[in-house]
Amino acid sequence: MLDRRLIQHFDWVLLFLIAVIGAISVLNLYSATYAIRTASGSQIFMKQAYWFLMGFAVLLMMTFFDYHFLERLIYPVYVLCLSLLGLVLVVGKVYSGSQRWLSLGGLSFQPSELMKFVMVIALAKYFSRHEEEKQVYGLRELWRPFVLIVLPTILIIKQPDLGTGLIVFIVSFSMILFARIRWKSLMILTAVFFLAVPFMWSTLKEYQQKRILTFIEPGLDPLGAGYHINQSKIAIGSGLFWGKGYLKGTQTRLHFLPEQHTDFAFSVLAEEWGFIGSLLVLLLYLFLVLWGINIANNSRDKFGTLIALGIVAIIFWHMVINVSMTSGLLPVVGIPLILLSYGGTSIMTTMAGLGLLMNISMRRFMFQ
Amino acid sequence: MRVSGFDPIPMEIFHRRLKVITLLVGILFFTLVFRLWYLQIVHGPGYRIKSENNRIHLNDIPPFRGRIFDRDGALLVDNRPSYDLYIIPEESRNRAELLQSLNALIGLSQEVVGSKLTGVSLRHSFRPVLIKKDMSREELAIIESNLYNLPGVMVQVNPQRHYIHGTLASHLIGYLGEINEKELNNGQFPNHRQGDMIGKYGVEGRWQKYLSGLRGGEQVEVDATGRTLQMISRRPPVSGANVTLTIDKNLQMVAEKALRDKKGAIVAMDPRSGEILALASSPVFDPNEFVGGIERGTWRRLMTNKDSPLQNRAISGQYPPGSLFKIVVSLAGLEEGIINPEEGVLCTGSYPLGNHIFRCWKKHGHGSVTFQRALVESCDVFFYKTGKQLGVDRIAKYAQMVGLGSKTGFNLDFEKEGLIPTSAWKLKRWGVPWQAGETLSTSIGQSYVLVTPLQMAGVISSVFNGGYLYQPTIIRQLGENDHGAHLFKPTVMGKLKVKEENLNRIKRALEGVVNESRGTGGKARMKEIIVAGKTGTAQVIGLEAEKGLDRAGDVPDEYKDHAWFVAIAPTDNPRLSLSILVENGGHGGSEAAPIAKEMIKAYLGGG
Repeated sequence: MLDRRLIQHFDWVLLFLIAVIGAISVLNLYSATYAIRTASGSQIFMKQAYWFLMGFAVLLMMTFFDYHFLERLIYPVYVLCLSLLGLVLVVGKVYSGSQRWLSLGGLSFQPSELMKFVMVIALAKYFSRHEEEKQVYGLRELWRPFVLIVLPTILIIKQPDLGTGLIVFIVSFSMILFARIRWKSLMILTAVFFLAVPFMWSTLKEYQQKRILTFIEPGLDPLGAGYHINQSKIAIGSGLFWGKGYLKGTQTRLHFLPEQHTDFAFSVLAEEWGFIGSLLVLLLYLFLVLWGINIANNSRDKFGTLIALGIVAIIFWHMVINVSMTSGLLPVVGIPLILLSYGGTSIMTTMAGLGLLMNISMRRFMFQ
Repeated sequence: MRVSGFDPIPMEIFHRRLKVITLLVGILFFTLVFRLWYLQIVHGPGYRIKSENNRIHLNDIPPFRGRIFDRDGALLVDNRPSYDLYIIPEESRNRAELLQSLNALIGLSQEVVGSKLTGVSLRHSFRPVLIKKDMSREELAIIESNLYNLPGVMVQVNPQRHYIHGTLASHLIGYLGEINEKELNNGQFPNHRQGDMIGKYGVEGRWQKYLSGLRGGEQVEVDATGRTLQMISRRPPVSGANVTLTIDKNLQMVAEKALRDKKGAIVAMDPRSGEILALASSPVFDPNEFVGGIERGTWRRLMTNKDSPLQNRAISGQYPPGSLFKIVVSLAGLEEGIINPEEGVLCTGSYPLGNHIFRCWKKHGHGSVTFQRALVESCDVFFYKTGKQLGVDRIAKYAQMVGLGSKTGFNLDFEKEGLIPTSAWKLKRWGVPWQAGETLSTSIGQSYVLVTPLQMAGVISSVFNGGYLYQPTIIRQLGENDHGAHLFKPTVMGKLKVKEENLNRIKRALEGVVNESRGTGGKARMKEIIVAGKTGTAQVIGLEAEKGLDRAGDVPDEYKDHAWFVAIAPTDNPRLSLSILVENGGHGGSEAAPIAKEMIKAYLGGG
C-alpha cells in the first residue's frame, strides 16, 4: 500500500501549520495557568504538550492506510461511539454539573469529542454513495442522515453539553448543505424545526431552560455569563495593538477570566499579544481551513472531498463560534477554540482528524 | 491539476460549491478580524483603563427563606438578621497583620481564619470568604469601628433561620444543613452553591424547593478602598414561599409536654380530613443548633445518642401494636361471621394449643365474655379463638384494608411501612411454613406485626368517620393567600368495604373501653365529652424470654412493655383522633390513656 509516491506527496504545509498552532497553544496555556499554583494547575501546559506529541503519533498513524478502508468500518464505529455516549449518561464522571467523561483506568475520555469526527465520516459515506443517482436531495433521501445526526446530538445535549451538541449539529448541517439539499426540503425542515421547538422546550428541565434562555439573552444572568463576557471583552480590548506582553496580562493574572485555559484561552492570547498576535493566530487558522478546502478540492473522489470538508468545518466553526463568543458577538456557549484550548480528548481526536486530512491529501494523485 | 475520476460530473459540481464555501469562509473571517479591530483598536484605550482599574465585585444578595406557620397562622419559623464577617482574599494585602488584628479585636483564632483563606483558589479571590457567622452585638461594634484599619474585611447582614419555639415540632419542621458535594453535583439544587444552607430533614427538607427562594446578586464597581462607585447590574432575590402547616401549636405543646423525659410518639389527626394536628416524637432536638452549620461535637452527640433524638418515631418508629390490633381482628371476625356478637366465650385465663399454653393477661380469666366485653376488657383468650378460626391470611386482609403494612404516602421523608405478616411472607422471608401458634400471637398484635403511630391514627379514624382512609398531611397551604397559593385538599386513599352494623358494634365496644366499668381505658374518661379508645401493651421481648424475668419487679427499662393508646372524641361527631405510644412505658391504660385525656381537654375543652 505505502509506496514511494505517498512519501513524495507528504503534506509538509499541513504538518507545519499544526505544529505552529500547537506550539502557540502550549505557550499560551503556560501563561493562562501561570498564577494557578495548585499541583494540577501548574502541569496543564505540560500535559497539553504531551497530548500534542501523542497527537502527532496518532496523526502519522492515520496516514498509513487508505482512507477508503473507513468506508467499511464507519457504521459499526458510529454505533460504538453512540453507545459510549449512552454509557456516559449512566456511569459518566460528573464535573461541575454535567456528565461528559468516561473513566478508563485513570484517564478521562470524552466520547462527544470523538463523535464529531465519526459523524463527519458517516455522513461522508452516506452522501458519497448516493450522489451517483442524485445531485439534489429531497426529504425522502434525508431521513437516514437525519437520524444519524439527531441521535448523538440529543445524547450530547442531555449531558448537558450544549456547546458540543451545537457543533455536531452545525457541522452536520454544513455537510448536508454542501451535498445540496432541495430548496423545498430545506424550507420544510426549517418549518418542522421551528414547530418542534415548543415541544422540545417543554421536555427540558427547568435549569436547562434557564441555560438556553441565558444563551439567547445573557442579560438574564448578569452575574454569570454576563460578568464573564464583560471581563473577556476587557481582556481582549485592553490588549491594544501590540498586547501587554507575554505573562503580563492583568486580566489573566488576576483571574477575571473564567475557564481561561479552555473556553477563554483566546482572550488570554488577545490580551497579551494584542491585535497583531490575535490576527496572526486567526490567519494561521484561516490558512489551515483554506488548505483543507484545497485538499477537498483535489481529492480524487467524493468520499475524500466530503471527509476533508467535514474536518475543515469542525475546525472552522469552532474557531468562528469561540472567537465570536469571547469577543461578545455571540452569547457564552461552552465551545473551546480547537487546538488552542486545553483538552486531552479534543487534541487527540482533532489530531486524528487532521491525520485523515493528511491521508486524503497524500492520496490525491492515486488511483485504485 | 484536476483529476477526473469515475464520475466527473458530480466532482465538477463539488468544485463549484467549494469556491462558494471559500468565499463564505473569507466573509466570516473578516467579520472576526473587524470585531477584534473594533475592540482592540477603536475601543482599546477604554478597555485598557478598565482593566487597570478592574475592581468589579460580585455581591450575593441572599433570599429570605419562606416562613412556617401553624394552622391558625401562629409563626413557628422565622428569619432573623445575622451579622456575618467576610474577608475578600484579593484585597487583604498583608494577611498576617490582618489575622493578628482580628485575633486581638474579637479573638478569632489565627489558624482557623488562615486555613479558611488558604483553601481559596485564585480564581475566586474576589469572592468574599465567610469567616464568622452571627457576630454578637459587641463584636459587630468593634469591627465596625475598626473597619478602616482592616482592609479586605466586610460585614454583611444575612437572614438566618430562627426556630421560635426551639424544640417544638422539631421532627416535623426539620433542620438545615450545608449543601454537600453530592447534592451540588446531582443537579437537584441548580441554584445553590458551596456554603449554602439547604433543608435536610422534615418540612425544611421536603419542601426545600418552595421554601428556599432565589439568590439575587449585584455586579458593582468599587474603588481601591472597596467603596462602591456604581452598580453595574443587579438581580433582586426572590423570597421563598411561606408554608402553613396543619399543626395546632397549642396541641403540639401539650403533646410534647406529655412526652417530656419519656421516649415515644403522639399523632393527633382530624379524622374528617387526615390533617395532622400534632405530631410529636421524643426525645427532641433543637434545630437552632444547626443553622450556623452544626458543630461537630453536637452532631456526634445527636448521632450516637442511643435514644436517637433525630428519629421521627411517629412515622419511622415501628412497634408491635399489642392489643390495638384487636380492633383489626374484631373487624375481620365480625365480617367473616366468625364472631357472633351475642354469644359468650369462656376465658379461663389460658388457651392451650399443641403443647404450648397461651395466657390471657388476666391470670384467672374473664369468665364468659361476649364480643363487647371481650374488647372492653381486652380479653386475650377471646381473640386467640377468633384469630385461630380466621387464620393469619384473613387477618392480614383486613389489616391491609385499614392501611397497615404500607406507607401512607405522607409528605415527610423516612416514613416506614410496618409489617403485616402472611403465610406467604413467612415462607419467602424465613423459608419455613407459618405456625398455628404464630396466628395466636398475631391476633393480639405480637409475633411479627409492626405498625407506626401514624398508621394507628388512621385506623381509629377510619372506624369512626364512616370507613374513610384519608391520606395524612401536614401541609395546609403553600404560598400566600392573595397570589397563587396552593391549598391542600383531603385525599381519600381507600374506603373500608365492611358492613356498617359491624363498624357500629366496634364503635360501641371502643366507647365501652373508656366508659364501662372494668374498661381498660377508664383513665381517658371525661364528663362532657364521650371518648372512645383502645389500650395496648406491646411486649418488647418474646413471651418465652419474658418468663425468665419477674414481670412486676426489676425489669430493665429497655425490656419494659410499650404503652399504647388510640382514642377518638367526641364519638358522635369525631373531630380528634389520637395515637399515643410511650416506649417502655408499661401499661397502655395507666401510662398512655391519661395523655389522651389531657390532649382532648386541650383541643376540645371540657374536663
